[in-house]
Amino acid sequence: MAEKLLKWDEVLIGAAIKDPGNSKSYETGSWRVERPVWNPDTCIQCMFCWVYCPDSSILVDENGKMVGIDYDHCKGCGICVEQCPSKPKSLQMILEAQAKGKTEEELRKEVFSK
Amino acid sequence: MGKKVALTGNEAAAHAMRQINPDVIAAFPITPSTPIPQAVAQFIADGEMDTELVTVESEHSAMSACIGAAAAGARVMTATSANGYALMWEMLYIASGMRLPIVMAVAARALSAPLNIHGDHSDIMGGRDTGWIQLISENSQEAYDNLIQAIKIAENKDVMTPALAAFDGFNISHAIEIWEMEDDAAVKEFIGDYEPLFPLLNTDEPITHGAWAPPDWYFEHKMSQLKGLLNAKDVVEKVGKEFGEAFGREYGLYEAYKLDDADFVIVAAGSVCGTTKDVVDSLRDNGIKAGLLKIRLFRPFPFKEIADALQSAKAIAILDRVSPAGAQGGPLFSEIRSALYDTPTRAPIINYTYGLGGRDTQPKHINSVYETLKKIVETGKVEKQFDCLNLRGAWG
Repeated sequence: MAEKLLKWDEVLIGAAIKDPGNSKSYETGSWRVERPVWNPDTCIQCMFCWVYCPDSSILVDENGKMVGIDYDHCKGCGICVEQCPSKPKSLQMILEAQAKGKTEEELRKEVFSK
Repeated sequence: MGKKVALTGNEAAAHAMRQINPDVIAAFPITPSTPIPQAVAQFIADGEMDTELVTVESEHSAMSACIGAAAAGARVMTATSANGYALMWEMLYIASGMRLPIVMAVAARALSAPLNIHGDHSDIMGGRDTGWIQLISENSQEAYDNLIQAIKIAENKDVMTPALAAFDGFNISHAIEIWEMEDDAAVKEFIGDYEPLFPLLNTDEPITHGAWAPPDWYFEHKMSQLKGLLNAKDVVEKVGKEFGEAFGREYGLYEAYKLDDADFVIVAAGSVCGTTKDVVDSLRDNGIKAGLLKIRLFRPFPFKEIADALQSAKAIAILDRVSPAGAQGGPLFSEIRSALYDTPTRAPIINYTYGLGGRDTQPKHINSVYETLKKIVETGKVEKQFDCLNLRGAWG
């Protein structure tokens, strides 16, 4: 968080929050130990992952199709993988440490080529 | 103009609620405060008030309902005692942290065990750190007056903090006294309309209440909350004056009874102050300079004002209607002794626990306290810093 935090006499009374939807700016993705990797080639667009994701981290385009994962908010709980019905699963968890420095494309190859 | 009535302290509180006519009252019965919601229910059934009475299944739920309704933007009240108050404890912090000006009548009572339904201050003293404004009443008149003022204090824009007006269980809650009830319209005018700050029901300006604050926010919010509580001190004084102008009974932060030149001073809160005043009067008749400082505002504690008021004293006894529970003295004792540390007086200070679980405190017991204070001044020695009044067997 780069912005300057408010002082005690500047915060809103009662810890109320006036700007709706501000949880978008709270990036819970930093809590993650494991991350899901998505394979668009086998994904059947059933939207189970979208329904079950507790962090609304399944990205969907204007046509209602899943297009990826919001890693700023995904806490890595793994529910998406658990629920994915395709065989083989179109989502897999890998360790964050393993994902470090790699592009999504590289990770996909690594996880789904086996 | 007001009229004289002969009613109990609980009825005084219920009539204050009827005249305040809040939007919501959440109620769960517990002795000795049960007659308050009972009377309120009757008033509503009779069409004398149009408050939404929410009957809940516990005091925890009562306070939760109050918080929800207050966050929605309603003017909210409730009443409780003892273990019910203790069951609210978690929610009391949430009400004050969310800065919701809920007002509660507390018929103060002993906490179990052993089970006891009678008066003492275990409940309110147990909740003294919950961030609520605490007013303590001496009699039914004050229970009525304090509840009405509490609305105006709690809802002040600089305060926005919940407030409770306590009065001793049974001694006040169930005793019939003559007191003055003001006109409904005059009370209504005195408290004015309530304008909530951030009502949840205002869909034009969506608001989040009760969000979490991580370590980089919590501290700032708690200090902002503390400021609101501390602001209540000036507001209590201001509202006390306004109340005096409107109804002829003025209130301050504390009451000084023959205190100006007093050598021997008792500090106490609640119904025992009535007894103490009688004893002070008879001692004064005999030329003994006795005085009383009656605590009215306990939270926020006006330590400077109270310390200033005690400067003439040559010896001070502080009466706590609660066990010191392993501390050096009762809560009042600790506050006052601490307040005096920064002042020139080095008058000896002693502490008594009295009236636990409804134990009688009679003029002879108060007299014995003044006797002890006299002896301390004469001999310059404190034999017992802590003692009990009307306990079977000597303490210590």
